[in-house]
Amino acid sequence: MHEIHYEAPTSLEQAVGILAKHGDSARPICGGTDLLIQMRAGVRRPHYVVDVKHIAALTGIAFDPKSGLRLGAAAPCIEIFENATLRRHYPGLVEAAHLIGSLQIQSRASVGGNLCNGSPAADTTPALIALGAVARLVGPKGERQVKVEEFVVSPGRTVIQPGELLVELLIPPPPPHSADAYIRFIPRNEMDIAVVGIGAAITLEGDRCTAARIGMGAVAPTPLFAAKASQALVGKKFDAVAIENAAQLAIEQASPIDDMRGTAEFRRHLVGVLTRRTLERAAERARRN
Amino acid sequence: MKNIQVRVNGHPVAREIPDHRLLVDFLRYDLGLTGTKEGCSVGVCGACTVLLNGQPVSSCLALAVMADGGEVTTIEGLAEGDRLHPLQQAFIDYGGFQCGVCTPGQIMASKALLDANPHPTPAQIKEWMMGNLCRCTGYYKIIEAIQAAAAEKTEP
Ligand SMILES: Cc1cc2nc3c(=O)[nH]c(=O)nc-3n(C[C@@H](O)[C@@H](O)[C@H](O)COP(=O)(O)OP(=O)(O)OC[C@H]3O[C@@H](n4cnc5c(N)ncnc54)[C@H](O)[C@@H]3O)c2cc1C
Ligand code: FES
Ligand code: FES
Repeated sequence: MHEIHYEAPTSLEQAVGILAKHGDSARPICGGTDLLIQMRAGVRRPHYVVDVKHIAALTGIAFDPKSGLRLGAAAPCIEIFENATLRRHYPGLVEAAHLIGSLQIQSRASVGGNLCNGSPAADTTPALIALGAVARLVGPKGERQVKVEEFVVSPGRTVIQPGELLVELLIPPPPPHSADAYIRFIPRNEMDIAVVGIGAAITLEGDRCTAARIGMGAVAPTPLFAAKASQALVGKKFDAVAIENAAQLAIEQASPIDDMRGTAEFRRHLVGVLTRRTLERAAERARRN
Repeated sequence: MKNIQVRVNGHPVAREIPDHRLLVDFLRYDLGLTGTKEGCSVGVCGACTVLLNGQPVSSCLALAVMADGGEVTTIEGLAEGDRLHPLQQAFIDYGGFQCGVCTPGQIMASKALLDANPHPTPAQIKEWMMGNLCRCTGYYKIIEAIQAAAAEKTEP
């Protein structure tokens, strides 16, 4: 691996200062489970590497029933799926975090890094989109908030500007009678990249759906919010017809490619199957809430 | 270059290392602890598993500077003098390895498992050990060895 300067600041100001000073030649590092692989392969060659794991603002996980969840960008996946509050209120996000790699990876990999790496197939991103999560960024010019569905701009590229850090993800509290779910398809049992991943969050009042959001991964150059499919569910009876209609609209929005993991046609088929299954799983949970 | 201080297998170690030194290289080449193996170099195989502050991590995907001020346990830190750790003994007694390349990683991952859950079911063992690949054993012997160590059974 090439030579680097490593810094491990303990405050946000210090971190932003170092990142801003070195611009394009600096990069944050969190768990390193994407970045160190890319650096070892010579794909990314930052000269300044700024470890964000020691900044308190990035490591917390705080849930409040009124304001929702503040999920620190650097919190490792293991802390997410071992957290009883998150398992209770955001089971879909927990499902997604639990799918990432092995324990050796989960003890390091963060949800913030999963998003900032900008992969269209990152498992936690569709789950975050389904929950309506907003990314809070801090940089030399101050602070801004970006919806997760607008965060990734092309494969491997995000809205993050030089000097900026993702501090936390802000996730609304789950409304009564709502729940989320995430399901991906991989050809093996474990340890693979999603061929397609679908996240969904829905709210049911009796047999009517009053809110729905569907996030899609690995079906386009960036993770997507399936807006039409989501809106089509709202205000309608939540039944097989409505689910099938949403699945068809999700398929229409997907623009997948052929690659070694699957053909575009197979991916479109999977979007339908997984949209149906994820909605059904979320609904089953919502009925118990 | 950075000066780092790490407790490795219970002993304080201070070294000056380049910032880009990987934890696996630090252990193997700077400290001569060659028990930790590097297999895939991309976080998939688990051969390089060590415990960093008690948690299993892939040392091929960590910088040595990230361990500064922390505690690292490698396969060399398990035996007490001539007495093997129960997991090491069980891997021998139950044929938990053949070529042995994956074994330090298997044992470090299973040590973390038994620290967290002293009496795991076979299903829990399989789930926990998902990140440790083995080309040789077919896995059943590894699971048997871990169960035996958990039950403190020494003979098959
Ligand atoms: C064996 C293995 C299996 C895997 N399996 C899966 C899987 O099943 N599903 C899946 O989705 N992923 C998988 N991954 C990838 C997954 O581990 C990563 O995407 C991880 O979540 C990234 O988090 P990190 O903390 O390690 O990020 P890093 O590697 O440290 O960083 C990733 C990128 O994000 C940037 N970054 C990190 N934090 C911030 C921040 N706070 N602000 C701004 N930029 C930041 C970095 O500069 C870098 O570009 C796997 C990886 C491995 C090695
Ligand atoms: S060498 Fe580190 S996981 Fe394979
Ligand atoms: S014993 Fe040979 S790889 Fe596991």
